[in-house]
Amino acid sequence: MTKVLVVDDSNSIRDMVSFTLKSAGYQTVEAKDGQDGLSKAKSGSFDLVISDVNMPNMDGITLCGELRKLPSFKFTPILMLTTESSTDMKMRGKSAGATGWLVKPFNPEKLLATIKRVVK
Amino acid sequence: MSVDLSQFIPSFLEESFEGLELMESGLLNLQPGDNETIHAIFRAAHSIKGGAGTFGFDNVTDFTHLVETLLDEMRDGRREISSVDTEILLESVDCMRLLIESARDEVDFDQEKISQTTKRLTETLNADSKQEQSKNVEVKTTIEGETTYHISFIPEHSLAKTGNDPIFLFSALAELGELTTKANTQDLPALNDIDPQELYLSWQLTLITAVDKSEIVEVFEWVEDECLLEITAAETSTTLNDKTEQEPKAVIEAEIASSNQEVESPTIVNSSNNDTDKAATKNKGKSDAGSIRVGVDKVDSLINLVGELVITQSMLSELGNDFDMTKVEKLTSGLEQLLQNTKELQESVMRIRMLPISFAFSRFPRLVHDLATKTGKEMELVIKGEQTELDKTVMEQIGDPLVHLVRNAADHGIEATEVRVANGKPAKGTISLDAYHQGGNIVIEINDDGAGIDTDIVFNKAVEKGLIDANTTLTDSQIYDLLFEPGFSTAAEVTDISGRGVGMDVVKRNIQSLGGRIQVESTKGKGSCFKVHLPLTLAILDGQLITVGTETYIIPLIAIVESLQIDNKLINRVSGDMVLYRLRDDNVPILPIYQLFNLETDCTEIDNALLVVVEADGQKVGLMVDDLLAQQQVVIKSLKENYQQVTGVSGATILGDGSVAMILDIPGMIAMALKQAQQAQLDNKGKEKSKTGELV
Repeated sequence: MTKVLVVDDSNSIRDMVSFTLKSAGYQTVEAKDGQDGLSKAKSGSFDLVISDVNMPNMDGITLCGELRKLPSFKFTPILMLTTESSTDMKMRGKSAGATGWLVKPFNPEKLLATIKRVVK
Repeated sequence: MSVDLSQFIPSFLEESFEGLELMESGLLNLQPGDNETIHAIFRAAHSIKGGAGTFGFDNVTDFTHLVETLLDEMRDGRREISSVDTEILLESVDCMRLLIESARDEVDFDQEKISQTTKRLTETLNADSKQEQSKNVEVKTTIEGETTYHISFIPEHSLAKTGNDPIFLFSALAELGELTTKANTQDLPALNDIDPQELYLSWQLTLITAVDKSEIVEVFEWVEDECLLEITAAETSTTLNDKTEQEPKAVIEAEIASSNQEVESPTIVNSSNNDTDKAATKNKGKSDAGSIRVGVDKVDSLINLVGELVITQSMLSELGNDFDMTKVEKLTSGLEQLLQNTKELQESVMRIRMLPISFAFSRFPRLVHDLATKTGKEMELVIKGEQTELDKTVMEQIGDPLVHLVRNAADHGIEATEVRVANGKPAKGTISLDAYHQGGNIVIEINDDGAGIDTDIVFNKAVEKGLIDANTTLTDSQIYDLLFEPGFSTAAEVTDISGRGVGMDVVKRNIQSLGGRIQVESTKGKGSCFKVHLPLTLAILDGQLITVGTETYIIPLIAIVESLQIDNKLINRVSGDMVLYRLRDDNVPILPIYQLFNLETDCTEIDNALLVVVEADGQKVGLMVDDLLAQQQVVIKSLKENYQQVTGVSGATILGDGSVAMILDIPGMIAMALKQAQQAQLDNKGKEKSKTGELV
């Protein structure tokens, strides 16, 4: 089963993303910030990481950079959740190794359709 | 597939209110250059905006967007942090709260306040940088029928390193229509030169689809910087058809649905009004039920305890299966264990409802900030003991009385800056809030280093208002008590902050209804201190069991000053039935409970009888009882709910042997006794010399 790591400091967004993914048959693990996400990432293997950008302790961009340093995450798709659709933001994400971005607000259908671009 | 998002809304709302509180406290403490705080505030606003957009609260999203933009400028250092901006942001926080509340309760909000603040925000954010006209309706030309696209996709060799895999892109494309792929392998190096992490292929794709070109581009959105992409429409299999007419209409309809409060069309407003009202009442009830956040450790300890309880239970039932007298010892120890388990379980359950008092304190920094602005006085708030825990129900009801006391401290207590400087005090006044546990109670202190209470002014005012006679002699504490009389106010002029004279009596009443008391200490010129004593919880009470005749009663421990055996020499009989007992400097009236409640008892003799001295409303009385039993915690059952209100009794409880015991209502009993012996009371009132005025 496709396993997704969902990292967001907002409970409601995290729950929503996780719930949507589960209802579509994905398996999810939740983390509440970058730090938490990194330690959970180290403890397992994932097919996809969806992470917020603005988070306490460790932001999503840093998380992305850290994940890319891990051998098992070298090719794992990492999607950033962002409200900023600016090119600057995208460039920052890209240079940290992010696969793509999801611009908030998004609806569940959109989320599921979009992640199909990177996972089964 | 459709996913119901409404189940996440309550958690979004809760989170948003927490975010708002964080923003507010952050803004109040904001110093220029404090990037960490700015970041935290920005993050909170950002989360609210993101969530609101996802859950369809568009007016929250739009408004928060402005706030976020302003914060973003501060975060990036493009804007200095000025107090003017902070004020606007604080106001914006209020507006966001208003909007979220209105979204929660589905009621209308104060449109004027929102638009005013929106205007101020927009003005601040540079008048010329026009806010994104987010509502521009995109007119799309859609082509009906299928088009064949030729797509040339030449990815950079490093594409896989960002986690993108062409196969998924192609499967996403395949969902749009009929896809044929052709890979070009000419760039593939010799086997020895291959870097397995690089991507050497490129593709020629043909897609026959009904969708717009933009959707195809969107599939490649994440890789467009890392590849050469060319999409050309080869041929149109059917005629072009302009669909503009349908599309925008759908968009507009959706907008109306999502923001029906903003629509000015009267028909829509009218038709939705009834629903809104209904929804409002429905939601009122919902929000009152409330939820509580409990730490995982508390829940874990509960589960652990329940586990132990189950073990004890199974051990006892095992024992009961074939019981004989040889096993009595085992039974006793089993029962002891059960007692221990139950006690711990009770404590743990009570702890669940305990919250740190910071929940009640959190609104004060803002309050004091606003009061300082309004009064033009300089003052700061110091909060201590925020982690002191208090029952949630008590917390909810103590908020308003505390607000009143803090307002009073700011308005009446702290002097104007010039006066303070003239008196050699620091220009900035200090109001401090402190909470701590004392015995089974929580004490909340509201201190100010202001002018203190001028007893002469209070006295004269009371005479003027006809509350007391000009010739009465009163101690300081009795004068402070006058502050809590209905209709009393000493402020030279009534301000809109406090001083209308309604309030202090209500404060006292509220605190009393929680089973607490308030105590005033003050030094003229130095400041005042209001101490609020509250029980930790309303559900359980520490009580002293006593007997009178055949009845068992419970006296709340909080009311008891001391218990003693009467020394005949100290009895002082005055006029009528009144008997006074000399307790050090005080003369305490003796109140035999059997007389008060008309009970039969053998112990009617005052000499050597047991006396429980209790205090209420600054008045001490000695309750004469037959016997003192144990002290224990009792669970309060309301008499009002199960029977009816009875004077002198505040509730009942069920004792270990299954019998019912009444909990005595000390102020009520004193009032009863006062009625019986009013004259004697008046004669002795002046002799009391307690240093502090205590009111229950």
